[in-house]
Amino acid sequence: MPGLEDLYREIILDHYRSPRNRGELPTPPALSAEGFNPLCGDEVVLYLNVDAEGNVTDIKTGGQGCSISQASTSMMGAAVKGKSIAEARQLITAFKALMSIHESKLEGGDATAATEEAIAGVRLGDLEALQGVVKFPVRIKCATLAWNTLTQILDESDSA
Amino acid sequence: MSIDLAAIRAEFPLLKRKINGKRLVYVDSAATSQKPQSVLDAMDNYYTTQNANVHRGVYTLAEEATSAFESARARTAKFIGAQDPHELVFTRNATESINLVARTWGYQNLRDGDVVVLTEMEHHANIVPWQMLSAERGIIIRWIPITSDYRLDLSDIDALLDGASLLAVTSMSNVLGTVNDLEKLVAAARSAGAKVLVDACQSIPHDPVDVVAWGADFVAFSGHKMMGPTGIGALWARRELLEEMPPFLGGGEMIRDVRKDGFTMNDVPWKFEAGTPAIAEAIGLGAAVDWLSAVGMENIAEHERALTEYALEQLTSAFGDEITIYGPQTAEGRGSAVSFLFNEIHAHDISQVLDEDGVCVRAGHHCAKPLMRVLGVPATSRASFAIYNTFEDVDALVEALHKAKTFFAR
Repeated sequence: MPGLEDLYREIILDHYRSPRNRGELPTPPALSAEGFNPLCGDEVVLYLNVDAEGNVTDIKTGGQGCSISQASTSMMGAAVKGKSIAEARQLITAFKALMSIHESKLEGGDATAATEEAIAGVRLGDLEALQGVVKFPVRIKCATLAWNTLTQILDESDSA
Repeated sequence: MSIDLAAIRAEFPLLKRKINGKRLVYVDSAATSQKPQSVLDAMDNYYTTQNANVHRGVYTLAEEATSAFESARARTAKFIGAQDPHELVFTRNATESINLVARTWGYQNLRDGDVVVLTEMEHHANIVPWQMLSAERGIIIRWIPITSDYRLDLSDIDALLDGASLLAVTSMSNVLGTVNDLEKLVAAARSAGAKVLVDACQSIPHDPVDVVAWGADFVAFSGHKMMGPTGIGALWARRELLEEMPPFLGGGEMIRDVRKDGFTMNDVPWKFEAGTPAIAEAIGLGAAVDWLSAVGMENIAEHERALTEYALEQLTSAFGDEITIYGPQTAEGRGSAVSFLFNEIHAHDISQVLDEDGVCVRAGHHCAKPLMRVLGVPATSRASFAIYNTFEDVDALVEALHKAKTFFAR
């Protein structure tokens, strides 16, 4: 049985207590999307300024929810700010691979190889602290909410 | 009190489980109750000795299965005070029961501009079916608000019910624990000419219920919250209403005759029970009402009231301003569901830490998001008690909350 310290790492609680990049940006020009976790009511709102070169020049976040969802939102914002959209997408892929180890195992896949491939060359930094979440499968959706919302914004801007 | 709590607890095999090496403290019975051995045995006995389809065969097994199934219906009907067992329609759960009313009675009787009155404390199961009807039929939904002490605000009830076709109301809030004044609500609805549907999910397992005394037209409930299995629930409705309502799902069992050019319907209640029903689960529900009756609903209500009183006192005296209880602050006019916000720690995080100590509480919006918006909170933790809970369970909850506080203060 994994312990609570695996889930609530100090860096996670720090982001929860002092979330980075809280606030709003005027839309337009900012891109925005809301994400909901219908099972538990967690909410995430993201605002993204992207320049002509496709770089995320600013990001603001809002919403409410548990420590995992809100810390993941804060850490995601800090990780994505200043990155290009291509780099942001790599981060999303790597982070979701990190979170999908459990599901992949359930489906009988080779979790380790697939995860290593997605994560290879991507610097996750503080985000690796969220790895403990996979030991608590019910909470994975809390951790991925912000990332799915970011994907939604990027996909919408691609098709715009 | 004439109950032997240790003997009652011994009848629930699951309560012997350990979680993380700790004694299981199951205080989430508003979500689903645990099941006594007699319910498990009844279902097992059906599968091991009587399994056959109901209302079809003429052989011994089929007769026994049909008789066990219909006996379960009769005992369940009697348990809720129904005079006629054929007024009880088996469904999957209360959600299906309410959808059945919306899809049959609602489609037959409600048109553009007709009014259905709900309350702000309804479960999604008693909101969304009416919103679907609103989207499809243009019916109007009005809401009875709640007061600052978490009860229905009936000050404007006659105006809200004016011209309404239906009042659909919970007998006990699954979030606040508030027990609603059905006598007053039904009387107001009657004088406005509105029918009344009662979502009785949270009352039937905890209080003596008499649907005839309530004077309601429709009563919905789920088996799994009242010591029975999942997959079985019921709709009780007055016979003349059931007779007039069109069928719900079409198929076997619900017909009297089928020709190439059409069908004729079976009698109530079978006209609403298309397809092979949940036979074992119905039999399990029958065993559950037998079990509840044997313990005695008055005894159950009394024990749960004492637990609720103790829990409210202990939580308040241990944590004072650190805890906000959403619901009536005393055990008066409320059930055992105690929702709370603690030290601004999110309900998920509370629940996760409590699980370390084997304490099971519900965390989230409790399928009542409109209510959560009125309360202005995204989620609450909820402890809810049943007859098998003890005062030690309340102590364990308080102890675990102390730990959660320390953990998140580090």
